[in-house]
Amino acid sequence: MQKKISSIPFAGTPEQEAALKESIARHIDDPGAVMPVLQEAQDIYGYLPYEVQKMIADGLNVPLEEVYGVSTFYSQFALSPKGKYNISVCLGTACYVKGSGDILNKLSEILGIEAEECTPDGQFSLTACRCIGACGLAPVITVNEDVYGRLTVDDVPGIIEKYKA
Amino acid sequence: MYRSNVLVCGGTGCTSSNSLKIVEVLKEELQKKGLENEVNVITTGCFGLCALGPIMVVYPEGSFYSMVKVEDIPEIVEEHLLKGRIVTRLLYQETVEEDTIKSLNKTAFYAKQKRVALRNCGVIDPEKIDDYIAMDGYAALGKVLTEMTPEDVIQTMLDSGLRGRGGAGFPTGLKWKFAAANDADQKYVCCNADEGDPGAFMDRSVLEGDPHAVLEAMSIAGYAIGASKGYIYVRAEYPIAVKRLKIAIDQAHEYGLLGKDIFGTGFDFDIQLRLGAGAFVCGEETALMTSIEGKRGEPRPRPPFPAVKGLYRKPTILNNVETYANIPQIILKGADWFASMGTEKSKGTKVFALGGKIEHTGLVEVPMGTTLREIVEEIGGGIPNGKKFKAAQTGGPSGGCIPAEHLDIPIDYDNLLEIGSMMGSGGLIVMDETTCMVDIAKFFLEFTVDESCGKCTPCRIGTKRLLEMLDKITKGQGTLEMIDEMEELCYFIKANSLCGLGQTAPNPVLSTLRYFRDEYIAHVVDHKCPAGVCKDLLEYTVEKDKCFGCGMCAKKCPVGAITVTDYTAPGKKKPAYEIDHSKCIKCGACIDTCKFGAIYKG
Repeated sequence: MQKKISSIPFAGTPEQEAALKESIARHIDDPGAVMPVLQEAQDIYGYLPYEVQKMIADGLNVPLEEVYGVSTFYSQFALSPKGKYNISVCLGTACYVKGSGDILNKLSEILGIEAEECTPDGQFSLTACRCIGACGLAPVITVNEDVYGRLTVDDVPGIIEKYKA
Repeated sequence: MYRSNVLVCGGTGCTSSNSLKIVEVLKEELQKKGLENEVNVITTGCFGLCALGPIMVVYPEGSFYSMVKVEDIPEIVEEHLLKGRIVTRLLYQETVEEDTIKSLNKTAFYAKQKRVALRNCGVIDPEKIDDYIAMDGYAALGKVLTEMTPEDVIQTMLDSGLRGRGGAGFPTGLKWKFAAANDADQKYVCCNADEGDPGAFMDRSVLEGDPHAVLEAMSIAGYAIGASKGYIYVRAEYPIAVKRLKIAIDQAHEYGLLGKDIFGTGFDFDIQLRLGAGAFVCGEETALMTSIEGKRGEPRPRPPFPAVKGLYRKPTILNNVETYANIPQIILKGADWFASMGTEKSKGTKVFALGGKIEHTGLVEVPMGTTLREIVEEIGGGIPNGKKFKAAQTGGPSGGCIPAEHLDIPIDYDNLLEIGSMMGSGGLIVMDETTCMVDIAKFFLEFTVDESCGKCTPCRIGTKRLLEMLDKITKGQGTLEMIDEMEELCYFIKANSLCGLGQTAPNPVLSTLRYFRDEYIAHVVDHKCPAGVCKDLLEYTVEKDKCFGCGMCAKKCPVGAITVTDYTAPGKKKPAYEIDHSKCIKCGACIDTCKFGAIYKG
């Protein structure tokens, strides 16, 4: 999968950097440390900009190309920042046969962005995700931690409205 | 002692529909009534009947409340738990008979099930090791360490006939035997909990509902092959499963059931968690091991097999979650007990995640050899809205679609392969007549193209070309020759790909071509999509004799494609409308607007 790489300037804080250094120190003797550190770095920064990957490569003493290779391989790692509200549409089979494709299209139409993009005001981002395992509620979307199930296309505008400031 | 136990499902399905809030309110209400020392509230794993979540069961009565709402809680507490009057109105209606209440095990959904791997799911609190121990937990590990030699354990696994539940069905005992035979300073036991098949959630439910069973089985495997270290590779997308596994590992350490000198026998075994990061190919054994090593999860050529050179180039066994969940039971009850269930070559039970166009979405465990018809029609409750069954998809992106003509085949590994599908990890998606089989094949190909790791050419480029052809067919640009070419390419990809992902990627195309070729032909020759799914092939038409001429559709049409005609149907007052197909963008707004059902697509 082609990853969208952010052009937004990096704005990390010293606190975030300290947290990352702590994570690196905890894993440095662990064989196979790159993935756990990337996962924790994504929790700290919300995404994995080039600058963060460079710090990880230097900290763990592995080549940057290896870190970059891993971060672009796995779909969980984001190279672009997410919106304040990240909307994930489950495109697992159970949701798909119950019409989650139409729901994604409707969201995309209302927000004016495609999947894997973020609105210019940074409020909403849209992700097409793999099965989250809530097949009993199909079709399902999540907005950050909130789960909405058994949806129809007509429910979509109301859900977005709830998150608009 | 409590006089009542209230079990509330805390699996992903039910927590997604707010069951944790229900637990909170329930505890508050009980406190208000001063019942907190009489009524025990237990958050359990998945009950299986996810379609009816959130689920709550009250014992000793066994009353099954379904689709519980927070607002219902005060009434249930006041009436049922305080005054002892069951709130029949809120029960799962199938359990309600005229004067009595049927036991859950007698309902259509549960009656035909046999729970081995899922036996503790929905029964115990997965966050309490004592609950697990009360259900004979860790007794199998004790028996193995004190009464059996590693060879005995492997022989028991061989005799039981247990085959890997992750998909391919390789005999588990054989895998262990190979790994045990290789001498090394370090060996590993791994657990594949990277359940990547879309629409499959049985492993997640086991991890959420009975995590200790997996830990216990991995320790048994460690003893059998001589390993002291284990890894569980679990999807990061399963936060509840990850949390409960962490709790379980900590508790097992505390009780001396993991770590050094287990049961005082000198046997050391420890388990670490590794989170997957969303790559389907990591379900393949060599790719999973590469990923545990912290690298890009690309598969390696086999041989050498993992039993010889696996994780960190040491002998390794990898089994799936459901496989492990069976093992403590096999040790305790014996190989013969396990082998008495199932068919000749597939023993025991299998868990299926039933989803799609089916009444009772959820998790079912049935003996091998149960027919698809029993699963779909009896346990699953059939297809909603009176629609007709068209196909069942098993095996996810590696499997195929099974048509109605094969509904009566007993399901086991070999029968499924014979009819062009496979067991896979157990996703079972039901499709009705409104599902287009070409579109479904395209859906799965989009998935594999996305997930192909790119290491080998047949898979990386082959699946992409296959998807391009499918895309053309769904747009009405296909030809009959293209179908033949596609079939040839499928066999080429299967024969030449490096790992299981590529070798099985064409299966959805091949199986739909085998059973639904006429649908492909309808797409390329008649330029029609019989199921009415492929947008480019649809035409919206006004049935003029049904049209009342209200004009609502013309007002809604965003491109002005609908105009009034000079034809007035008999018995109608205004002239009918019609759609200009050259202007229509097929948005479907008209069909949603028409109150009289006078517009159809096809």
